[in-house]
Amino acid sequence: MSSLQSNVLENHTPTGREEAWRFTPLKRLGGMHDGSATAVERHSLAVKGALPTGATFSHQEIEAVTQTDDVIVNRVRQFTNKAAVLAIAPNAEIAEPIMLNRTSFGTDSAEFSRVQIKAGNHSKSVVVIENTGDSHLAEDLEIVVEPGAHLTFIALQEWGSKTIHAARHHAVVDRDATFKSIVVTIGGDVVRLLPTVDFIAPGASCDLSGVYFATAGQFFEHRMFVDHKVPNAKSRVNYKGALAGDKAHTVWIGDVFIRAAAEGTDTYELNRNLLLSDGARADSVPNLEIETGEIVGAGHASTTGRFDDEQLFYLMSRGINMDDARRLVVRGFFNEIVSEIGIEEIQERIMARIDGELAKAGK
Amino acid sequence: MSTLEIRGLKVSVDTEQGAVEILKGVDLTIKSGETHAIMGPNGSGKSTLAYSIAGHPKYTITEGTVTLDGEDVLEMSVDERAKAGLFLAMQYPVEVPGVSVSNFLRTAATALRGEAPKLREWVGEVKSAMESLKMDASFAQRNVNEGFSGGEKKRHEIMQLELLKPKFAILDETDSGLDVDALRIVSEGVVRAKAANNHGILLITHYTRILKYIKPDFVHVFANGRIVEEGGPELADKLEAQGYAEYVTA
Repeated sequence: MSSLQSNVLENHTPTGREEAWRFTPLKRLGGMHDGSATAVERHSLAVKGALPTGATFSHQEIEAVTQTDDVIVNRVRQFTNKAAVLAIAPNAEIAEPIMLNRTSFGTDSAEFSRVQIKAGNHSKSVVVIENTGDSHLAEDLEIVVEPGAHLTFIALQEWGSKTIHAARHHAVVDRDATFKSIVVTIGGDVVRLLPTVDFIAPGASCDLSGVYFATAGQFFEHRMFVDHKVPNAKSRVNYKGALAGDKAHTVWIGDVFIRAAAEGTDTYELNRNLLLSDGARADSVPNLEIETGEIVGAGHASTTGRFDDEQLFYLMSRGINMDDARRLVVRGFFNEIVSEIGIEEIQERIMARIDGELAKAGK
Repeated sequence: MSTLEIRGLKVSVDTEQGAVEILKGVDLTIKSGETHAIMGPNGSGKSTLAYSIAGHPKYTITEGTVTLDGEDVLEMSVDERAKAGLFLAMQYPVEVPGVSVSNFLRTAATALRGEAPKLREWVGEVKSAMESLKMDASFAQRNVNEGFSGGEKKRHEIMQLELLKPKFAILDETDSGLDVDALRIVSEGVVRAKAANNHGILLITHYTRILKYIKPDFVHVFANGRIVEEGGPELADKLEAQGYAEYVTA
């Protein structure tokens, strides 16, 4: 599979020269990638509040659903067979969100954690994971979306400033199923997430969106891979990021592979970055590899820019001061995705945190 | 009674070829309740005058003064100028993605009035301003200027004029791009706002057709960065008949 093979991560201790690791500050991964981390089995993921009817949560020994060449995920799998399993019963339609959370457990060892989320056939549900506090976390999170199921998966990285978090969110999406993921990364020292999707039957679709805001010294990487290997699947990717402060660094990689068999594919991916100060760096790399011309559409776009002076002038000419004008523009920038979360309390909390990051960044 | 006074205003912009002077000494005094039309050919510097008064960062004031009731406008930041009572209705209003009209208007009103307007009264104010400009209620939920037609953008500007109640309104080619019906609706909005607030108006236009609705007390012909002729409404009739040819070739 030529160049995109580079997205499949090498199963050895990375050196930083590999395509998949070339942006990542390996020295800041707390040894999760090279075996030097003190791995522990903690099962910090818990149900928050009551679990709605139709959903079950338990810890079980499991087989992995998918293979991976990601070295951290493989180390997690070698370490433990036990996973937190959230199952949504077939045909269950659950209106209220299923809330899971992880809270702080310190940074002197690393939790190696496995999670499986199974959306039973023709079920409909929203799953939210809230990550808060300071932790070292290596996470293998598998998501199975059975035929006809609709799953919205919301992962909130509202970490404290010392967190190191490396995770793969891998979704296997079956016939006529839809998978929607919203990733929010606004806290942590190093966060490296791999939202990846495997379409295994025609008619499947995914919508991967995310927002991130990195301030001084923070490193946030989001590396997608959407594998179109069956006909008539549809994918959308839309990530938006803001950066402010010295050595704030974000990486967005959007790999989409349309294999020869994937006729009728419809894909579009977009990444936009807002650079709010000097000294910050946004890497944005869309990759589209196409092995068949019989597709509906395939495209990508990536932009990185600063505040639009005309927008600020327009708002200020109506009496709005500079700080409020900047806040409005940044909120507006993120609103398109944050409003998709659909849970008012969480949206407000995220926006307030974004306001805080912006204020911290200064002028 | 307020006075906006412009004296000897010279303005330049930076280009790749260096600074280029656009305004070459403008003198103009506007009092509350007066309507001044500034008319002139394209490229004469009319819009530069508007944006310079509002404080757009692209323009550098090299000489002259602008005062509002004696206060130095040029020392003020853009938002301070608005708070002092200046309003610019833009020729090309800017899109602000993700910010709803309703949120924008309330934020602006809060900034200008010094406190958040009472919700119930505010909702009524916005509703009545939108209705009088024949705007659909769904407008408030759309993002500022995003996907607006030319006419919708101008209505939105004049709606802000009605809600924000400035001392002086600068209308930069508000008539451009409007069909006859939209021109009438927008002009009626301007006239209504003036009747309510008695603000001064600086109406910048290329054409005379808007002057049928908004009657000027004074007409200034603008050419090559300065005012070249001044008079009453009859001057507009002359321009209508003869065009700008005599000023451009001068």
